[in-house]
Amino acid sequence: MSLKQLTIFVENKQGTLVDITDALAKNDINIRALSIADTQDFGILRLIVTDYDKAEKTLTEEGYLVKCTEVVGVKIGDAPGKLSSALDVLDKEGINMEYLYAFMSRTEKHAYVVLRVADNAHAEKALEDAGFHLISDADINKL
Amino acid sequence: MEKRYFQKEIETMSVEEIKKLQSEKLVKQVKHVYENVEYYRSLMDEKGVKPEDIKGIEDLHKLPFLSKADLRDAYPYGLLAKPLDECVRIQSTSGTTGRRVIAFYTQKDIDLWEDCCARAIVAAGGTNKDVCQVAYGYGLFTGGPGLNGGSHRVGCLTLPMSSGNTERQIQFMMDLSATIICCTPSYAAYIGETLKEQGYTPDQIPLKAGIFGAEAWTEEMRQNIQETLGIKAYDIYGLTETSGPGVAFECEEQTGMHINEDHFLAEIIDPDTGEVLPEGTKGELVFTALDKEAFPLLRYRTRDICVLTRKPCSCGRTHIKMSKPMGRSDDMMIIRGVNVFPSQIETVLLQEGYQPNYQIIVDRKNNTDTFDVNVEMNPDQFTDTVGALTALEKSLAGAMKTMLGINPAVHLVPPKSIARSEGKAVRVIDKRKLV
Ligand SMILES: [Zn+2]
Repeated sequence: MSLKQLTIFVENKQGTLVDITDALAKNDINIRALSIADTQDFGILRLIVTDYDKAEKTLTEEGYLVKCTEVVGVKIGDAPGKLSSALDVLDKEGINMEYLYAFMSRTEKHAYVVLRVADNAHAEKALEDAGFHLISDADINKL
Repeated sequence: MEKRYFQKEIETMSVEEIKKLQSEKLVKQVKHVYENVEYYRSLMDEKGVKPEDIKGIEDLHKLPFLSKADLRDAYPYGLLAKPLDECVRIQSTSGTTGRRVIAFYTQKDIDLWEDCCARAIVAAGGTNKDVCQVAYGYGLFTGGPGLNGGSHRVGCLTLPMSSGNTERQIQFMMDLSATIICCTPSYAAYIGETLKEQGYTPDQIPLKAGIFGAEAWTEEMRQNIQETLGIKAYDIYGLTETSGPGVAFECEEQTGMHINEDHFLAEIIDPDTGEVLPEGTKGELVFTALDKEAFPLLRYRTRDICVLTRKPCSCGRTHIKMSKPMGRSDDMMIIRGVNVFPSQIETVLLQEGYQPNYQIIVDRKNNTDTFDVNVEMNPDQFTDTVGALTALEKSLAGAMKTMLGINPAVHLVPPKSIARSEGKAVRVIDKRKLV
């Protein structure tokens, strides 16, 4: 059960984000979720996209420094408190989390969370045991 | 393996013979300059030196120095020693500040310059069976024209590519099986990186040797280029003021560059006092052109800091060797009172596993120097968390502090985002306005 995140090193400069989203749009790649972490020097753009391989190829050809990061995708219900219960699961297991970001499905009324943790397998097992539904690359197109 | 030279008799003549030849040429040259160059005649008169005081190389120290400032003062014709109708060419420095330096050549000057470049090509293993790709800039810059002429003299099939258009460079290199490439070391590294990205391994690259000069490069950078391109990388030295590349060149020993002593008389001086230093001492390199007709500079201060040695060389050449310049006073920056050479930054980057692609930006804010170094991210070390990347910046800054004694702010930037010189690298941007 793996979810591939496209991680891109970007200059902290106006227009870079537009260039990247344009390049993906031209190749019919949809961005399902996006998160940016930046410092004064650089930014790290993290994307969940509909066609990972094509997106990686497109951006590499455009000259971007791209890396694949394996993350955990969790389906969270629409009800309040579901996110914190998922985080509780990780906390109880002592799994360290680097970052998270969320997105909504277009087709279903569900929220999803992308988690970057130290130990994917451990997190996945703990979440599934607690009754959470995980998503993989194959699921991304259907959302 | 049989040793090969372009001009064996000259390149392997005994030291006594070289010195005798230099003495004869110096006496004539001083006379030629005194008679034809008013600017230098006044300098000699001021010092109270007459041409007849110079009886051989032992009297060289009596002559006045010339520096870049003199070249600017005398611009454009003040140091010309031949009527313009005997001159056939000019070349010029790529200087970014102040007035350009223009050097003049008669046909004989060009012939001798090209001979020097031919010696360098033969020392790098070149023969008339080689295909020599000249990827130095052509035009006012001496790199392209000098190596082009040398390559013709050796009889190589010459590819006059000039710099830039890397795709076309690679296409010609592959299609015509270029065996020797001449360019700046930073451009060689760039071509190497591009070939690697395109999936070429060193054994698929037809090159066997490279002749690289016109900018400072380190031993680490040499190893790097040799490995990516699968070649032996030779250093070449020269200045527009003295002719161009080929004043000195490396042989297969790769332990310094033989100075073409039949044409150029070298000295090492103390840059502060002007006193001549003994062989083996580090100091400023000074050249006297012994054969140049149109633009014969005597005791020209290069600003390059290096060491000369006459230890016998396994290649059989007897001409004195100069070390790679350890720094150039033009390149040296004083930041917060500390001397900083760009080559030191480069050494740290290579040690830490980065490509030597960087830019130093110095500025002054609130009466304090700011010192920033932009470094291209190493793809192997790229990760998805800010913490890991800022840790890389800190660790690089730490390594630079150890080397330099002062702390730079290191900024990681995307690969290939620093303007890549296909001619000469702009490694330093000094924005300080020193009043
Ligand atoms: Zn030698």
